[in-house]
Amino acid sequence: MAAKSNLTNMALSLTLVCLVCSALLGGIYALTAAPIEQAQQAKTNSSIARVLPAFDSVPELETIEVDGASYTYYRVPGSGYAVISKVVGFGGPLTLMVGIGEDGLVCNTVVLSHSETPGLGAKCQTDASFIDQFKGWDPAARRLAVTKDGGEVDAITASTITSRAYTAAVANAYNVYLKLSENE
Amino acid sequence: MEYLIIIISAIFVNNIVLAQFLGVCPFLGVSSKLTTATGMSGAVCFVITLATVVTYLINKFFLVPLGLTFLQTIAFILVIASLVQIVEIVLKKISPSLYQALGIFLPLITTNCAVLGVALNVVTKEFTFGDSAHMLNLGEATVYALATSLGYGLAMILFAGLREQLAMRDVPKSFKGLPIAFITVGIMAMAFLGFSGIV
Amino acid sequence: MSKFGLITKGLLKENPTFVLVLGLCPTLATTTSAMNGLEMGLATMFVLILSNIVISLIAPVVPDKVHIPVYIVVIATFVTLLQLLMQAYVPDVYETLGLFIPLIVVNCIVLGRAEAFASKNSVGDSALDGIGIGIGFTLSLTVIGIVREILGSGSIFGWKFIAGDGVLAFVMAPGAFLVLGYLMVLFNKLAKR
Repeated sequence: MAAKSNLTNMALSLTLVCLVCSALLGGIYALTAAPIEQAQQAKTNSSIARVLPAFDSVPELETIEVDGASYTYYRVPGSGYAVISKVVGFGGPLTLMVGIGEDGLVCNTVVLSHSETPGLGAKCQTDASFIDQFKGWDPAARRLAVTKDGGEVDAITASTITSRAYTAAVANAYNVYLKLSENE
Repeated sequence: MEYLIIIISAIFVNNIVLAQFLGVCPFLGVSSKLTTATGMSGAVCFVITLATVVTYLINKFFLVPLGLTFLQTIAFILVIASLVQIVEIVLKKISPSLYQALGIFLPLITTNCAVLGVALNVVTKEFTFGDSAHMLNLGEATVYALATSLGYGLAMILFAGLREQLAMRDVPKSFKGLPIAFITVGIMAMAFLGFSGIV
Repeated sequence: MSKFGLITKGLLKENPTFVLVLGLCPTLATTTSAMNGLEMGLATMFVLILSNIVISLIAPVVPDKVHIPVYIVVIATFVTLLQLLMQAYVPDVYETLGLFIPLIVVNCIVLGRAEAFASKNSVGDSALDGIGIGIGFTLSLTVIGIVREILGSGSIFGWKFIAGDGVLAFVMAPGAFLVLGYLMVLFNKLAKR
């Protein structure tokens, strides 16, 4: 069935296979590079559209230092800021995009990536009663902390750590907003 | 302190077999006897740690600077396959007794997804040991790989002990062999779930 | 074996999950819901069919001693291809399945079929074998996903028919092992009749 092995044909066949495969992949990579970027852009756009009331053109990603940590955000003129805020959740990093309007109210929040427990902490993506309570929240007037910590955020049942992290991410985003509006 | 958190988290909380489902095939395949399970654990420990260090360096100094990270999968599996071969040859030369103990397991390790899984996790995922999310540095990656593979060994040896007992029991016909093994692992996984949240 | 037999053998006689018991890691890890199981199965089938075709073509000229490395390179190439395509066109699915897409490289089903079937058979038969085993794998994963989703979240394919939470353990790690174990018992019982 298979050909007899000797050093020449072993080296030759391995080299050939690697060459052909890497050439093929290089080509496919070049072909898919644009669609991959488009897909990522589409995801960013839909996230911004969810957390802020309106935006027309794609804003530039900008960076700012707040309290020693670096944050990235999108500035949408006439609408507000979409701040990307990363905290430590229960199972790993939890990344949110938090929209804050120019009036200083939280507009909406969306989870960009998480590694929380399915069925428990992962509900922070789907549990409407948890997510919706942040809509229109005024961090200047109401304290951003879960009820267990003396704040006003109702935690997801049996997922206090995730809820706490989520709330902290929103609070961090608000601090970024404060710094940004100060600078202007 | 951070290293301690990595070790506890990798061995108990995020046990590679019981919580992450990596390396399940060899876990079931060689766990029917305690001695083979111990041998396999040793070999896996060795290869995972070595492979993670090597692939970490290749990724950092070769793939990332050249913008070839999309070739990670193919590069890593080749590195792991050749590494296993080299380990086999070297071991045969310098320590025939160790080779006798681990030798037969080495070829099986190339297709153990725990090895590739840990190597890929370390270079693509952010970890949250301590109080911020970050990519692991070389030291942390090494400790993480070692601890993860110790967790693999722990789960495998515990399970082999259970299976040796199980072999002597009278189980219903349809449950014989793998089905009862799976149910046992399920109960073990439940026990390990008790560790979640401690770090 | 007939062409029809090649396609249907993956369902029962050579079912990769319940009879051959191969490729367990994705089987356990990605079946938290029916949809995830289905997607993982299809992704594996894609690689399985293509690698079977290519390997049956090159097998006669590959020297014996390096055939495993050559096969692994071929499989890894198709896996990377799949990764790129998924990132471009179904990024959400790619994110959900995560690590288990690159890990198709070390899925013993793929290398196993290459070694046991594709290297010894014609291109057409190898493609059919890939389809057959792929269908068997996809169906098994979907069934496990359906059971876990019903018990764990009270829904099927995302359609919720029981209000409130299910038994969480079935979505988490222990449930995966338990469901697979009990389904295997059921399979043994039915198949042996």
